Amino acid sequence: MILLLSKRIGFMIFTMIIVSMILFLLLETGLTGDPATRVLGNFASDEQKELWRDQHGYNQPVVIRYTQWLGNFATGELGTSIRYKSPVKDVLLPRLWNTAILGFWTFAIMIPLSLTLGVLSGMKEGSLLDRTISVFGILTTSVPEFASAVFFSALFVFGLKWLPGTSSMSSGFDFKQLILPTMVLVVYDFGYVARMTRASMAEVMTSQYIRSAVLKGLPYRQVIIRHALRNALIAPFTVIMLQINWLLSGVIVVEFFFAYKGFGALLLEASLNNDIALLEACAMVAVVVAVTSQTLADIGYTFLNPRIRFS
Amino acid sequence: MTTKSITEMPSVSYGATIWRLIKSFGLLRESWVGMIGAFLVLFWVFVAIFAPLIAPFDPNAAIQPFATPGVVSASGKTFWMGTDHMGRDILSRIIWGSQTVLFYAPIATVCAYAVGISMGLMAGYRGGLVDDILSRIADIVLSFPVLVLYIIVIATIGSSGFNIVIAITFASSPGIMRIVRGLVLDLRNRDYVASAQTRGESDWRIMLFEILPNARGPLIVDACLRLGYVIITIGVLGFLGLGLPPPDPDWGGMVNETRQMAMVFPHMTLFPCIAISSLILGFNLLADGLREISLRD
Repeated sequence: MILLLSKRIGFMIFTMIIVSMILFLLLETGLTGDPATRVLGNFASDEQKELWRDQHGYNQPVVIRYTQWLGNFATGELGTSIRYKSPVKDVLLPRLWNTAILGFWTFAIMIPLSLTLGVLSGMKEGSLLDRTISVFGILTTSVPEFASAVFFSALFVFGLKWLPGTSSMSSGFDFKQLILPTMVLVVYDFGYVARMTRASMAEVMTSQYIRSAVLKGLPYRQVIIRHALRNALIAPFTVIMLQINWLLSGVIVVEFFFAYKGFGALLLEASLNNDIALLEACAMVAVVVAVTSQTLADIGYTFLNPRIRFS
Repeated sequence: MTTKSITEMPSVSYGATIWRLIKSFGLLRESWVGMIGAFLVLFWVFVAIFAPLIAPFDPNAAIQPFATPGVVSASGKTFWMGTDHMGRDILSRIIWGSQTVLFYAPIATVCAYAVGISMGLMAGYRGGLVDDILSRIADIVLSFPVLVLYIIVIATIGSSGFNIVIAITFASSPGIMRIVRGLVLDLRNRDYVASAQTRGESDWRIMLFEILPNARGPLIVDACLRLGYVIITIGVLGFLGLGLPPPDPDWGGMVNETRQMAMVFPHMTLFPCIAISSLILGFNLLADGLREISLRD
C-alpha cells in the first residue's frame, strides 16, 4: 500500500517536472521565438532587447536559468504580470476563487444528475428508458460548450429575457449570473459521467451476487440499493475525479463567452497578450490541479476497491 | 522478405478488409440511431463537396451588413440565414465552412491515428522497456488539460491549419496508443500470430498485416468518436480566436467574430452553432450505431 502510494506520488512529481521543462522550453527559450521580442514587442530596438535580456538574466546558461525559475516557482515567487502591472499572485488568487465557485456548483448539480440517470439506465440494459437516456446523453455531449452557450443565451437571454447575458459580476456577486455558465458546463459534462455509470451499473447487474439476491426473493428495490449501488459507484468515482481535467477546458470556453472573471479567462488572456509570467503560473496551476486530481482518483480507487488493493 | 511470401500471405488482405468494412456499414440499416448519424455525416460531406455549386453568394464578399434571415438582396437572391456584421452571407459561409472542417478534422485524425497506432503496436507487441517508455510518455501527455495544451502550443507557434493538425496529433495520439496497445496485448498470443512468427515474417509485417486488421472493430468506433471530438476542438479553437486565420470561413471563428452582437442579432451565432453541433452529433450517433452492431455479432 505504501509502495503504491509512493509510486503514485513519485509519478505525480515526475510529471510536474517534465511539464515544467516543456513550459520553460516553449516560453522562456528562443525555441519558439525570442522572449525579449515577445515582452517588448516587435518594434523594440536590438539594444533595448539586449538590455532587457541582461536585466532579467536571459544571458545565463539554460540549465541555471531553469533551476532558478523552478526554485522561484516552488517558493511562490511567481513574478510580475505585464498586463496587470502587479504581482501574479494577486491577480491569480481571486480568479482561482471565482472558478472554484463555478466548479463547485457545476459538480454539485452534475454529480447527482449523472449518477441518477446512469443508474436508472444501467438497471435494465436495452430498455426504452436506457435507450432514451443514452441518446439524450449523446445529444448533449455533441454540442460544444460554445454552441450550447449560444443556444442557452438565445433562449434565456434573447428570447425569454430571464437571465443576464454576461457574468462579469461587475456590481458585486450575483447568483443569477452564475446560472448560465453552470448550466453550459453541466450539460456538456454529465453525458459522459452518466454513460460510465451506466456501464458500471450494467456490469454489476449481470454479476452472480445480484442474481442470488434476486433469487433469494429480496425486493428489487433492496437489491438495487443494498447490493448493486455500492459496487456500481466505484468506477464513476474515478470518472468524476478525471472530469476535473475536462472541466478546466470547459471553464476556459465558458468564462470567455460569459466574460466571467475566472481562471480560465485569465489563462486565455495571458496567452493572447504574451503575458509570460502570468501564462506560466496559470499553466502550472492547471497542471497541478489536473495531476493531483488524477493521483487522488487512483489512490481513492484503490481504497474503494479491495480487489486491487493488494495486487 | 521476397515478393513470393507476400502472395502466400494466408491472413486478411486489405482489399478484403475494406470490402468487409463496406458491408458492415450496410448493417447500419439495423440501427436507426446509426442511420441518422450516417445521414447527418453524409449530408455535410455532400455540402462540402458541392459547396461551389450550392452556395448562393461568395463567402467572403461584403454585400449588405446586418441583414436578418429572409431579407432579399439587391441582386434578388434571399439571405436565408441573414448576413454578419461585415455583410457576408451566413449560409454561404456555413456551406464553405463545412469544407474547412471536413478537410482539417480527418487529416488531424488520420495523423493522430498514424502516430498512435505505430506507438501502440510497438508498445503492445515488443513490450518491455519500449512499452514502459511509451506508456509513460502517454501518461504525461494525457495528464495535461487538453485545451490548456492547445492554447500554449498555438499561442507560441502561431495559429495555422498545419499547426492545428500538429497540436491535435500531439494531444490525441497517446489516447489512441493506449487503445491499440490493449488490443495488441490480447491479440499477440493468437495462433495466427504464432504461425506467422514460425514462417519467419518480420515484426512489422506481423503487426501491420496480422494484428492490426483484427483490431479494426474497436478502432473504427473510436475513430468516429474521435472525429467528432476533433471537430469540437477545431471549433473551440476558432471560437477562442486561435483557429484558422481569417477571412476563410470557419464555424468556430464565425461565432467568435459575431458573439458580441448575439444579443441583438442572434442569427449570426445561432446558425454556425447548429451546423457544427449537427455534424458532431452525426459522428457520435454513427459511432453509437457501429458499436451496437459490433456488439451484436
